[in-house]
Amino acid sequence: MSEQVMEFGTDLGERFPEIVTVDTRQGYEGYLVKPEKLVDFATELRDKLGYDYLSSVTGVDYLPENQMEVVYHVFKSTGGSGLVFKTQTPRDQASVPSLVHVYPGAELQEREAWDLLGIRFEGHPDLRRILMWEGFEGHPLRKDWKEAYYEEDTKPFKSRWPSGEIHRVEEKNPFKGNLHYPAHFDPEKWTPDGDAALYSTLAKVEHKPGDDMVTDQIVVNMGPQHPSTHGVFRMVVTLEGETITDLKPVMGYLHRNHEKIGERNTFLMNMPYTDRLDYLSSMSNNFGYALAVEKLMGVRPPERAEYIRVIMAELTRLSNHLMAIGALLNDLGAFFTPIMYALQEREFIMDIFEAVSGSRMMCNYFRFGGVARDLPEDVLEKVRRLAFERLLRQIDELDTYLTKNEIVRFRCEGVGVLTPVQAIAFSTCGPVLRASGVPYDVRRADPYSIYDRFDFDVAVGYHGDAYDRYLVRIEEMRQSVRIIQQAVQQIPEGPVMEGKPQYQVRVPAGEAYGRVEGPKGELGYYVVSTGKPNPWRYHVRAPSFINLTALATMCKGGKVADSVVNLGSIDIVLGETDR
Amino acid sequence: MTEGLNSPGVDIPPELQGTVTITTLDRIYNWGRRNSIWPVLMGVACCAIEMICTAASRFDFSRFGMEVMRPSPRQADMLLISGTVTKKMVPQLVRIYNQMAEPRYVVAMGACASGGGPFKEGYNVVSGIDQFLPVDVYIPGCPPTPQALLNGFIALQKKIDKQSIKQVSWYSKGPGEPIPVPVLGPDLMDPREYARIREYTFNPPAPVVEIAGEEA
Repeated sequence: MSEQVMEFGTDLGERFPEIVTVDTRQGYEGYLVKPEKLVDFATELRDKLGYDYLSSVTGVDYLPENQMEVVYHVFKSTGGSGLVFKTQTPRDQASVPSLVHVYPGAELQEREAWDLLGIRFEGHPDLRRILMWEGFEGHPLRKDWKEAYYEEDTKPFKSRWPSGEIHRVEEKNPFKGNLHYPAHFDPEKWTPDGDAALYSTLAKVEHKPGDDMVTDQIVVNMGPQHPSTHGVFRMVVTLEGETITDLKPVMGYLHRNHEKIGERNTFLMNMPYTDRLDYLSSMSNNFGYALAVEKLMGVRPPERAEYIRVIMAELTRLSNHLMAIGALLNDLGAFFTPIMYALQEREFIMDIFEAVSGSRMMCNYFRFGGVARDLPEDVLEKVRRLAFERLLRQIDELDTYLTKNEIVRFRCEGVGVLTPVQAIAFSTCGPVLRASGVPYDVRRADPYSIYDRFDFDVAVGYHGDAYDRYLVRIEEMRQSVRIIQQAVQQIPEGPVMEGKPQYQVRVPAGEAYGRVEGPKGELGYYVVSTGKPNPWRYHVRAPSFINLTALATMCKGGKVADSVVNLGSIDIVLGETDR
Repeated sequence: MTEGLNSPGVDIPPELQGTVTITTLDRIYNWGRRNSIWPVLMGVACCAIEMICTAASRFDFSRFGMEVMRPSPRQADMLLISGTVTKKMVPQLVRIYNQMAEPRYVVAMGACASGGGPFKEGYNVVSGIDQFLPVDVYIPGCPPTPQALLNGFIALQKKIDKQSIKQVSWYSKGPGEPIPVPVLGPDLMDPREYARIREYTFNPPAPVVEIAGEEA
């Protein structure tokens, strides 16, 4: 990132005198922009300098300085390193202009920042709470907001460490549970919002006088308990006949307060929590978080650990895509037979994960500067056998039975089309972006770890429909096998950890944004450290959350049954969407 | 199939063994129910993935008569809470439970559903589904392995075996009371607890004052 900053450093300052200043805080990079000119600056950045892809928007609460800071990470969709710019606003009246009209991909992310941090985005078309419900008291990620089970600002808590008695936190809470109400609150007098705010934002169907058939508009709620939503996701759909006229994604049903807990945890304690983000691909989540913190610490893992990481990340991609394809076929109506074949292969990969990390799903295997332990003896042999003998054959089998199947083609082709321009504008990532003809893969566009050493192709589709998203996933699995084949042949002997394994790592003050190409797309971690054992800010740029920004565009004008296909082809995991 | 069905103490002539079974009403009734537990087709969180793995070919819970997963709660016997219960989700879960026909069972799968698990301290997390629903079986693990899940199902079957038509609640007079659906206010509100909430918000006990003092 630094080279690019140098290149444009004077340039940006000259273009926007007195608006843009270089962020000179120790350990920070990028620019500080005055909020009044933020929209002009972002437009210029997008149109003149080519930073057309908004990766992440988040806020940081700098309580001691009484400032709220909004951080934007932008990249070029043609590849290369990115640019970070920030804008500051006073805490008590936090308000910055919305960038939704410059980068539509900011929509859900700005809503999240409003919900959790209370930063108002002026000009946002639909600024409602997104993860919590309307009526919830306070903005939980603010540093002075305390949850009901609050004990101390940072872990390890005294109640659990080191030798004192353990006190159950619910015994201290007056309501004997994870609850907190304002003083003089009378529950009987409370009128819940229901979903009035949500329903009022839905577009109304307007009939012209000459319409030959006038139909009623109906609102259908799909989810949170619906077999096609892959968990507890909810779509509110307005229908005219069977055609979707408007769609709003509703989430937060699995909002597990990852970031609030993450800011109380020490750096290493967050590693097992990252497993539970995208619970289908825990190793990739570990990877991104490890990269972000390693960037701050300035360490690099030894060679063998790098290879182990790549092998594990690619196996994760395989297991995730197998699940994604199986689930998509479930949604298409081929109930459980295709997924049975996909899960059969996934079990082999689960066995490898269990052997290296001790757990099938929640691996918690990566450490800062390496991996937790070396591979057991026979694991490499197992991986080799899978990569060279089994997986390619099995992927071909899936391909043969599914790809040309008439029902799959009929249901998927031309459904949920996203043009390349839209795909970039909505900040979609991973297979969704690549199926729209944008060959953007972080492993190639901005290589991390040792991905520059491997020979592989970036899978691309050009139709932007659900079928191409499916095809991209099939092709990506083949490429993953290729990478694993090269990695198991090149992997050297040696240590797997840089230095001594530490429970309490020392992380210098500063900020870092680490991103990897996870199976669902670009997974980013934004970490701010103040030099203490805990992160000051810990934010996850979740690919399946941001991909949902494009869901309404994909579905509008299509049939209601296609919304299920679109959702399946985005491949969301709710643990990551809601965090 | 008829293993365990025969009532002890009654002799069946050798030529009729395998064709005739003499048993009690409770036993044959429970035998039918225990081998056809239909779960609600719903995944809540991470544990749902292990639930799917258990349903797939390697572990295959259809061996226990559970392969028919019903998306409609009206047709299901068991509510498997497969993951973290959040405050935003709990009204829906209670509604689903209320819609299920009796006899119905609740299985809390994993640490989160049993007691909040690693996310317990989170502001949007309910510390265990048993705060709202009567749980029959708790399965430990994060997530429980498919083997552990199967063990939990077998525990539920054993529990069903012990029930008797004479005592079960769903044959008593009158319909069962539905569980009041929690309301989303400034925080989650259980209608059964309104009096207590009011008591504390209007006359906070000493520790609450202390915490409020810290905040100010």
